Amino acid sequence: MPRMTMIEAIRDAMDVMMARDERVVVFGEDVGYFGGVFRCTAGLQQKYGKTRCFDAPISESGIVGTAIGMAAYGLHPCIEIQFADYMYPAYDQIVSEAARLRYRSNGEFTCPIVIRMPTGGGIFGGQTHSQSPEALFTHVAGLKTVVPSNPYDAKGLLIAAIEDPDPVIFLEPKRLYNGPFDGHHDRPVTPWSKHELSEVPSGHFTLPLGKASVVREGAAMTVLAYGTMVYVAQAAAAETGIDAEIIDLRTLIPLDLETIAASVRKTGRCVVVHEATLTSGFGAELAALVQENCFFHLEAPVARVTGWDTPYPHAQEWDYFPGPARVGRALVETMEA
Amino acid sequence: MTAYGPLTLHVPEPAVRPGGTPDFSNVKIPKAGAVPRPEVDVDPESIRDLAFSIIRVLNRAGEAVGPWSGLLSDEELIEGMRHMMTLRTFDARMLIAQRQGKTSFYMQHLGEEAISCAFRKALSPGDMNFPTYRQAGLLIAGGYSMVDMMCQVYSNSRDPLKGRQLPVMYSSKEHGFFTISGNLATQYVQAVGWAMASAISKDSKIAAAWIGDGSTAESDFHAALVFASTYKAPVVLNIVNNQWAISTFQGIARGGSGTFAARGLGFGIPSLRVDGNDYLAVYAVAKWAIERARRNLGPTLVEYVTYRAGAHSTSDDPSAYRPKTESDAWPLGDPIIRLKNHLIARGAWSEERHKQAEAEILDTVIAAQKEAESYGTLHAGGKPSARDMFDGVYAEMPPHLRRQRQQAGV
Repeated sequence: MPRMTMIEAIRDAMDVMMARDERVVVFGEDVGYFGGVFRCTAGLQQKYGKTRCFDAPISESGIVGTAIGMAAYGLHPCIEIQFADYMYPAYDQIVSEAARLRYRSNGEFTCPIVIRMPTGGGIFGGQTHSQSPEALFTHVAGLKTVVPSNPYDAKGLLIAAIEDPDPVIFLEPKRLYNGPFDGHHDRPVTPWSKHELSEVPSGHFTLPLGKASVVREGAAMTVLAYGTMVYVAQAAAAETGIDAEIIDLRTLIPLDLETIAASVRKTGRCVVVHEATLTSGFGAELAALVQENCFFHLEAPVARVTGWDTPYPHAQEWDYFPGPARVGRALVETMEA
Repeated sequence: MTAYGPLTLHVPEPAVRPGGTPDFSNVKIPKAGAVPRPEVDVDPESIRDLAFSIIRVLNRAGEAVGPWSGLLSDEELIEGMRHMMTLRTFDARMLIAQRQGKTSFYMQHLGEEAISCAFRKALSPGDMNFPTYRQAGLLIAGGYSMVDMMCQVYSNSRDPLKGRQLPVMYSSKEHGFFTISGNLATQYVQAVGWAMASAISKDSKIAAAWIGDGSTAESDFHAALVFASTYKAPVVLNIVNNQWAISTFQGIARGGSGTFAARGLGFGIPSLRVDGNDYLAVYAVAKWAIERARRNLGPTLVEYVTYRAGAHSTSDDPSAYRPKTESDAWPLGDPIIRLKNHLIARGAWSEERHKQAEAEILDTVIAAQKEAESYGTLHAGGKPSARDMFDGVYAEMPPHLRRQRQQAGV
C-alpha cells in the first residue's frame, strides 16, 4: 500500500471521489490554483478543471451558503474553511440551515456537504489559528462531526463523509498533517512515513462514521481521545507505565458508545482528554455518558484533561496544550483514586 | 430541444500566472493631477466617477501636481519618508528575526508603507483606527515605541499583550490602534459602531476602518457599509487593494464590479480611489475624508490601489501563484523611492542625505531590537508567565478558572 501523509491522504480521498462522482465539487479560500494553504487540494484544479475545484471569495458564510444551495440542487460539495477558527461567520449557515434542511422540509431538501477545517493547536498559531470548536458542532442536531487522527483513517472517513447523505463537519488536526505528535514539542518531528497508519489503500475505501478504534488495549483504565490527543495519551500511558486502554473516537457524532462502554465496564476507570476548553466541552458529554452507562462499574470519578478555559495563547502554547505530563498526572491520579 | 446552450460557471482568473510575463496593461492609470478635488460637502451623486479613477499627485518627474497637491511642507514630507523607511527597516529586521527562530510568524508591509504612514498623519489625537495586520505604519508614524512593538512580536517578558497574541497583532488605545483580531473583516463594522458612539456622545472624534481587497467579500464589510450609510457615521472606510489575498487575486473578491471603491456607490457613500504608493495623494485623500467625517458629513470610502510586493506572511511563498517579477512590473512604483525623488526634485533632499538617513534609521531600529531582545525572544530568555494566560479572560477571575490555574500550578 502507498504511504501517505495526512495531507496526501485527504487529497487522495477528494481525488478518488471527484473521479468517481461528478457531483463532488471542491472550493474554498486559496483552494483552487494554489491548492490550499496546507496543500490539501493541490493538483485537483489542474485535474478536474476550475468549475469543480476553485478559489472562493473570503466569505465563510458565502462558502457554506453556496455549498448548501449546490447540495439542494444535487451536488456533493466538499468545501474547505481555511482554519476552523474562521468558521464563525458561517455558523448561522451551518446551524440554522445545513443541519436542518432535511428536518424542516421533511426530506424534500437535503444537505450532503462536507465542511473540512484544520483544527487544534501546536503550531504557534495564536488564538485565531489554534482553536478546537468541535463541541460547537456536536451540540447541533443534524450535524455529524469527524476528527481523524492518521492518514489511513483520514482517507476512509473523508470518503465516507462525502458519500454521507447529511452534512458532515470534518475536523483535521493540523498538527498531525505531516506527522504524529505526542505533545513532546522539544523533540524532533516524526514523519508519517515511520508510522504504520501512513499505509493507505489506493482507490476507493471507506471507514464507517460512528466506529471508534482501540489503539492500545489495556486493563487498568480507559482513555477516550481523538485527534492529536490520541498520541499524547499513548505517550502518557507509556511514560507512566499504566496499562491504559486508549480509544480513538474518530467520529464524535455518531458516537461509538458500545466500544466506550464495553471498555469502561472492563477497566472501571476512565479519563477523557481533548485539546478544546473544558467547560461544556465534548468531554462533558463523554463523562455523562460513561456515568450513565457504566456507573456501577466505575471505581474512580471520570477525569477530564483539556485545554484551559482561556483563549488559546501564543507564547504560553505549551502551558495551554494538555501535553503528556498533564495527561500522565491524570492517569496516575485516576489509578490512585 | 431547447433554444439555450448549456450554462457555464464563470471563474475569474488573473491575467498572468508563474512562468508568464507580468502584465498590468489592464490597470488604467490616469495622469498625476488629472482628477479634480471636490469640496468636502459635495453631493456624493456628482462624484461617482471618483470611484473609477485614481487620484495621483506625484508624476513621473517626481513633481507634485494638480488640485490634491500642496498640503505638506518639506519638513513634514521628510518626516513622512522617515516613517516609511523606519517601517521598512523594522520589517526587514523582524523578518530576519523570524527566520532565526526568534518568533513564530511575521507580516511585512513592503510596497504598502505610504498608506498607513500618511493616513496616520491626517488623524487627530483621540481618533481610533480599527486596523488589519498590515497597518503598523499607524503606530510607527504615531510615535508608538518600537521596543514595545518588537516585544509584542517576540512574545517576551515585556510584551504589552503578555504573550497572548500572534506577532504583529498589536493593540494600543493610547495611539488610536484597536486590538487586532486576526479574523478578517470583523473589525470593519466595529469601526462604524465606534464612530456612531462618538456621534451619540456629541464628541468630535472619528474612526477609521481598515480592510484588504480579499476581505471585502465578508458579510461584515457589507454590514459596515449599511450601518455607515444609514447613520452617516463619522468614519473613513479604508480598503487596501494590494492585488493579492494570499494566493487569490483581487478579481475573486471584486467580481464583476469595476472597482472596490464602487462598492460604496450603492450605499450613497462618497467613494474615492487613490494611488496607494503616492504618499502625497494618500495624505490628501485621507485629509479630505477625515474632514468630511469631522464636519458631520458622514462616511467616505477610500480604495488604496497598491501592490503587496512581499509574501502574505512568513508562512507564504508567492512564487507558487504569481510571476516572480510581477512586483517590478507594478506600474505605481515604490512609495519610498517616489517620495525621495520628489524631495530631491524640490531641492529638499539628496542621495547623500538619504543614505545617511538609512544608516541612522538602521542604527535606531537595531538599538530597539537589542533592547527588545534583552527582554527575551519567543523561545529564549524572558517570557510571559503561564499565570498571565489565565488573567484577563474576565475582569474578575471566576471560581472555575481559579481552580484551573491552581491545577496548572502557576
